Amino acid sequence: MMKGPKKWRLFALMTALLVFLSGCGREEISTLIPAGKVAQDQFNLLILSSIVMLFVIVVVTIIYVLAIVKFRRSKVGEDMIPEQVEGSARLEFIWTAIPIVLLLILAVPTVYSTFDLADVTAMDAQDEDGAAENLTVNVTGKLYWWEFEYPEQEIITAQELVVPTGERVYFNLIAADVKHSFWIPSIGGKLDVNPENVNTFYLEFDKESSELEEGVYFGKCAELCGPSHALMDFKVKTLNREDFDAWVAAMQEEQAAPTETVAQEGQEIFEQSCIACHATNAAGAAPGVGPNLTTFGDRNTIAGFMEHDEETLKNWIADPQQYKPGNLMPDPEEINNGEPFSDQELDALAAYLMGLKVEE
Amino acid sequence: MDLNKRYTPQTWPDHPETATLEGKNKFVGFWLLLAAETVTFASLFATYLALKDKGPSGMEFSAAGLFELPLVFAMTMILLTSSLTSVYAIYHMKNHNFKAMQAWLGITVLLGLAFLGLEIYEFNHYVHLGFGYTNSAFSSAFYTLVGTHGAHVVFGLSWFIALMIRNAKRGLNMYNAPKFYLAALYWHFIDVVWVFIFTVVYLMGVIG
Amino acid sequence: MSSNSQKKGFGATIWDYLTTVDHKKIAILYLISGGFFFLVGGVEAMLIRIQLMKAGNDFLSAGTYNEVLTMHGTTMIFLAAMPILLAFMNAVSPLQIGARDVAFPFLNSLGFWLFFFGGVFLNLSWFLGGAPDAGWTNYASLALASEGHGIDFYSLGLTISGFGTLIAGINFLVTIINMRAPGMTYMRMPLFTWTTFVASALILLAFPPLTVGIFFMVFDRLFGANFFDVTMGGNTIIWEHFFWIFGHPEVYILVLPAFGIFSEIFAIFSRKRLFGYTALVFATILIGFYGFMVWAHHMFTVGLGPTANAVFALATMIIAVPTGIKIFNWLLTIWGGSISFTVPMIYAVAFIPSFVAGGVTGVMQAIAPLDYQLHDSYFIVAHFHYVIVGGVVLAILAGTHLYWPKMFGTMLSEKLGKWTFWFFFIGFHLTFFIQHFLGLMGMPRRVYTFGADQGWDLFNAISSVGALFMAIGVIILLVNVVMTVAKNERVGNDPWGDGRTLEWAIPSPPPFYNFAQTPLVRGLDPYWIEKMEGNKEGMVYAEPLGDIHMPNGSFIPFVISLGMFIASFGAMYFMDDKAWALPVLIGGLAITFGSMLVRSLKDDLGFHVTKEELIADNERIQREARALEGGKKGGLK
Repeated sequence: MMKGPKKWRLFALMTALLVFLSGCGREEISTLIPAGKVAQDQFNLLILSSIVMLFVIVVVTIIYVLAIVKFRRSKVGEDMIPEQVEGSARLEFIWTAIPIVLLLILAVPTVYSTFDLADVTAMDAQDEDGAAENLTVNVTGKLYWWEFEYPEQEIITAQELVVPTGERVYFNLIAADVKHSFWIPSIGGKLDVNPENVNTFYLEFDKESSELEEGVYFGKCAELCGPSHALMDFKVKTLNREDFDAWVAAMQEEQAAPTETVAQEGQEIFEQSCIACHATNAAGAAPGVGPNLTTFGDRNTIAGFMEHDEETLKNWIADPQQYKPGNLMPDPEEINNGEPFSDQELDALAAYLMGLKVEE
Repeated sequence: MDLNKRYTPQTWPDHPETATLEGKNKFVGFWLLLAAETVTFASLFATYLALKDKGPSGMEFSAAGLFELPLVFAMTMILLTSSLTSVYAIYHMKNHNFKAMQAWLGITVLLGLAFLGLEIYEFNHYVHLGFGYTNSAFSSAFYTLVGTHGAHVVFGLSWFIALMIRNAKRGLNMYNAPKFYLAALYWHFIDVVWVFIFTVVYLMGVIG
Repeated sequence: MSSNSQKKGFGATIWDYLTTVDHKKIAILYLISGGFFFLVGGVEAMLIRIQLMKAGNDFLSAGTYNEVLTMHGTTMIFLAAMPILLAFMNAVSPLQIGARDVAFPFLNSLGFWLFFFGGVFLNLSWFLGGAPDAGWTNYASLALASEGHGIDFYSLGLTISGFGTLIAGINFLVTIINMRAPGMTYMRMPLFTWTTFVASALILLAFPPLTVGIFFMVFDRLFGANFFDVTMGGNTIIWEHFFWIFGHPEVYILVLPAFGIFSEIFAIFSRKRLFGYTALVFATILIGFYGFMVWAHHMFTVGLGPTANAVFALATMIIAVPTGIKIFNWLLTIWGGSISFTVPMIYAVAFIPSFVAGGVTGVMQAIAPLDYQLHDSYFIVAHFHYVIVGGVVLAILAGTHLYWPKMFGTMLSEKLGKWTFWFFFIGFHLTFFIQHFLGLMGMPRRVYTFGADQGWDLFNAISSVGALFMAIGVIILLVNVVMTVAKNERVGNDPWGDGRTLEWAIPSPPPFYNFAQTPLVRGLDPYWIEKMEGNKEGMVYAEPLGDIHMPNGSFIPFVISLGMFIASFGAMYFMDDKAWALPVLIGGLAITFGSMLVRSLKDDLGFHVTKEELIADNERIQREARALEGGKKGGLK
């Protein structure tokens, strides 16, 4: 038996090393690399509670190791009958009181932060002209995509949330079908997206996402919502206020028609088959059956999680169920007079969609 | 336990329901079951209060408009009376007066049947108004709460009737005394639940 | 039934178990079926870990994965952990308080068969169109949207087995209240009996809300009710409340008996009375009590508002205090003792750091704002596996080794047991420790796949390797069981040598009537007291030898449960407009209520074991004990 444990120790050491080397996860999605006030507050609570809990673990471990080393039967003798101690009121008091003190240390910031993070009183604040002081985004969770409506700006987008940095952004969350949960790990904790009521909270974004390796933060659905729950991703693009205003202005404009012939063909097909569900204008659009595609060409992913290139896009259009099981996008046969899209048609569609951009 | 042992009112114990270990076990176990039943009904009440008057947009039904107190008040009186008659029955059980016990149980059963008849009439009336089980969240919650109580009434009545028929010939003994006692206890529980239904569903529904 | 345990034919043995009302045999039934479901749930766990071992794996499809994860959770909680704990409760609690049997032997059997048929019904979903796929929490909006009959299998299966559990809970409560031997006051009851008592009280009060919630689900899905249909005025949060009003106490229903088993083990294998027995008892009661006040900490992100979140956060933190009291009392129990590292004790010793780790992450999650990050991430998965595996499953494995001799009269191999332990223990930490970090790195739970661009590949691979270790550990345990059964080396009353409580004062396995004479209890750890005073008889008895009244076996519990099993199929296919559905529903219910009627109309007064039979049986036991003693001496030469 001696050989076994030694090997294990080595193995455990190597595992620990690997864990250390891979660090804290990716900046785009890790709660350990907070990139906003909310996530930072939560990270601080994590560190505080970890310290308190490590203290508990250390105390327990010391008593524990001493006990199992000192009082082994091989050491105290085979026939030793220990004294049958009943207990000790003083000790009971100590290990009741100390945990209570430790919990109080945790309780105060807990209560403070609970109320602080739920404070949305400033949400409807208006300046002298009656314009909203803060940005509000209405988020709707749908199977399996996200719609982002900017009510004040009267624009709608989907799949990629675009927000300004350095200010509080308020969110109204509701589900169109089943329950989802809205989570951007590196920006702040999640809030459920319920079918029966609007949930409200705020987030702050410190850093422009263009500085990130992937160029966007990763958002997730955190509540099991069906087969493609794992694929119900969204991305978050954070811009400084100036760029954000420019983006909003571009979104509010009528988008230019494509100039290339392939893309024009694609537009024709799109307007026959796809437009019933997908809008391509962001300004004044109504919530859609499918994601609004105005910014499709600007996005970083297709369907929220796939490589953003024409090949992937064509595969996706040709057979959506294969990539995102259970999603509600119809197969081509259902919208194209019973025929699958030909390669030519797919090329045209891809060219058209990739050309839908509002950013330079 | 000896079924053939004959008792007289003098040899019959004061508390026949707990005079044997089996009786004692049943007694404690049944009270615990009632605790679980209480939690069940508490859950149903909570749901009813959460879903009261909730329905699809434009629903025409509301507690205030739907319920009529006179009928429900009559039902309440009938059930309360039946609780009292079951007390008489158990009083006679403790005095080892089998015939009187059976008679009072008979009256209890008749009152219970009358209550049940009125409840069926009431439900039928609502359904005819269009307030069916699938009409709205409100209707589902209402029928489930009141209907579960009704199912308890049915079970309680069946229990009484089964006990009365089964023991008609052989009278009281240590084996069946706890059963009569518990059936009556169950009946009281049903009665108490109804008092809450009357208050929470009907009175509070009509008044506010 | 004869008092002699002669060899019976296979068919007769089966019939015996189908009709038994003996708590010791019902314990074996619970252990075997719970063990079977444990293996099923384990296979499901392995499928999960294979699917997640690398990014973008396509071993399981998205839909199948959701079925597997739902069934893994449901099976492990309802069909494996609880029944196996009920096995120990049945096997040991009545003996620990010197009772003849449980208060309602007939209901005990009924409880088992309801659980059994409920579990079988639930698992039949795999073969009848697909398993439930909305998670073990079965949140209403997704559950209503789920196609096929998976969710109906879940609802109806859990309803049936839930009734069984409720019956078991009431039974143990009454047994412990009414049937303690003379001198066995509440404050002399062994800790395992105490935890059985409190867990049973939790079952009594926690299962009805679940049943109500599940009934709503059944009515909504099968009969057109609107409890959770938002467009018809329904509200899905109601389900979440009911589920967690049940679900949180359920954690304590599982973990308290586990604490009980470890309490027994620490005392036995340290040769020392439990330190702070009174504190341990009150901590148990407090944990049970608080268990009902904290359910909304599972719902911090639902949007209940800051006041509710803050109140439930503080209430949750308080639970850490009684739990801490327990940990320190156990540490002080082994402190100053004489520790013998048998397999049960190794599990108990390993339990302390594992459970402390699970406990402290629990406190971290009680911090509501922090929980917004942790909730529904892999951190939660890690946390509850530390509690359930590090607490409950280790207790189950420890209890299997500890009570195997009492239940079957043979000892599991210590050597293989240690192999199982090391594989399982290392595998457990390897699998779940790293999942804390996966959660912090943003990985949500219940995802069937993840992209290579998320940075979670390595940790998931390590976690999957750990799962393999656990599987190897369980396989070695199975080998151990088979070898032990095959060898069939009998053991005496107190095979561990340091037994302290009444169950070790009776032969292994005990005769069907338990103690021929009810023992007299003279203090905490009554058997230890007699041993220390050199009592050769084993115990002091509270009554002279006399006839013993025993209940008759009965086939009716099986039939009642079967009726509900059949009726469930009728209810489930009712909405499919199948012509046979209604007759099946009515027929099944007729079987159930008909057999209940038979039971209540037919007098069943049981039978008596006469004094003469008891004397003869006692002589046989003595003879066997002497033979065993002789065999041992022979072996030593």
